[in-house]
Amino acid sequence: MARLAWLMRADALGSDRVVPPTGFTARLTVLTAAAMAFLAVFALALSLATGRLADRWSQALARSATIRISAPADQMAAQTRAVLDVLATTPGLASSRPLTGDEMRKLLDPWFGPDLPVDSLPLPQLIELVETDAGIDAEGLRLRLSVEAPGAVLDDHTRWRRPLVAAAERLRLLGLMSLVLIGAATAGMITLAAQAALAANGQVIRVLRLVGARDLFIARAFVRRFTLRGFAGAAIGTALGMLAVALLPDTDEAGGFLTGLGFQGVAWAWPLLVPPLAAIVAFVATRAAALRILRGIR
Amino acid sequence: MIELQNVAMSYGGGELLSEMTLKLAPGSFHFLTGPSGAGKTTFLKLCYAELMPSAGQLALFGQDVRAMGRDDIAHLRRRIGVVHQDCQFLDHLSVAENVVLPLTATGRPVRERELAELLGWVGLKAHANALPAQLSGGERQRAALARAVMMSPEVILADEPTGNLDWDMSLRLLTLLVELNKMGKTVLIATHDLNLIRAAKAQVPTRVLRIANRRLQLAGADL
Repeated sequence: MARLAWLMRADALGSDRVVPPTGFTARLTVLTAAAMAFLAVFALALSLATGRLADRWSQALARSATIRISAPADQMAAQTRAVLDVLATTPGLASSRPLTGDEMRKLLDPWFGPDLPVDSLPLPQLIELVETDAGIDAEGLRLRLSVEAPGAVLDDHTRWRRPLVAAAERLRLLGLMSLVLIGAATAGMITLAAQAALAANGQVIRVLRLVGARDLFIARAFVRRFTLRGFAGAAIGTALGMLAVALLPDTDEAGGFLTGLGFQGVAWAWPLLVPPLAAIVAFVATRAAALRILRGIR
Repeated sequence: MIELQNVAMSYGGGELLSEMTLKLAPGSFHFLTGPSGAGKTTFLKLCYAELMPSAGQLALFGQDVRAMGRDDIAHLRRRIGVVHQDCQFLDHLSVAENVVLPLTATGRPVRERELAELLGWVGLKAHANALPAQLSGGERQRAALARAVMMSPEVILADEPTGNLDWDMSLRLLTLLVELNKMGKTVLIATHDLNLIRAAKAQVPTRVLRIANRRLQLAGADL
């Protein structure tokens, strides 16, 4: 009679219990959700990292410029002075200074090694400009430089900044698209698993129909099960994904682009949205599949 | 309650049943006979709207089944208890869970006393926790009958309920069905067991229908 007493509890024989356990489908759904969540965490990390990169490049490069002075050795000092004079009266500049020999050596060091005799080479003089928020009038400055120092060329980084920022933006878009595709693939796989479960439980559906169950009750039995599986699998995958991202090399150690893929600060909260989103995807996909299939069975 | 007017049922291009006209009055007791393959099961499926007629009018509790939505049919089936020859249990649930399935499926509370009384009535109180596979043929049929009456339906349809039972067990099941009829339930039993029909006639006024040549006929006095 203990079993009978258990039956009396309102939720004892919930709609999900009328469907027999399906081991293989259950494991497949959990595994799929886990794998997709793992990939989603990486796509999210990629998207956030490229977003940061695009912002950084956009902001940092937008407020800096370089003037390159190519002139015979005997005119270099005069042209440099002329350029600095022009810059001193140029609005929108926060600072400007010529790069020293050591700084020039450091710039060339990755290509020519540390022993490059910078002083004996006919290298152009570089002047670094830092702009204010208002920025400079690049075209106006070019005109003045062409008159005062014909060997000076202003490079406001626009030429190479734009494709870099565009590339980073596209990478961010690809990351977001990957998230959408992962969500769609998850929905597709859960739909297939739900369809397989419904097909395997034709007898259960028939019996439930026989005793007067409505489609929503029958669908709920499958929806609840697949939603929980989707959530559990996604939670596992998200945890593993976050662990993998946390174990990526630190940005400061290597300093490269790829090492900056991890989450930063509050961005660590974003992956926590993956399990509930996976559960929502599983809920919607299973419910739609179940109701569609049940509509085809009288 | 169940009313057929010139109902025909086609399947796979051929007509299985035709010109079926019948009106099941409340509280009546009917048998449906006919040779194997005559269409008895198909006829019963029409009576609880698992199948739709190809032609004619079929009304259940005064409603045209073809005009009913899916939810309406689900509600309607709660007023009809069906006992199948193969019982149609959910094998992973216990006998008690199977018996209360109509309540579970319709979100109604299970009352312990009622369940215990029902299981006692069909003689299965001691088997409440058993799985259907652990029951004998007669016990399975009685459990199926208990499930069929769980929602206190107005009509009981039984499809060859004694097909796999010995005579004693068949009589026991028949007694339960007669008891239900005396409580005011309408009973329709599809069977080819003439002895069962004779035994029922001795206990309750019955009407015997026969399907022959795809048509429904009133059986003769030889039964």
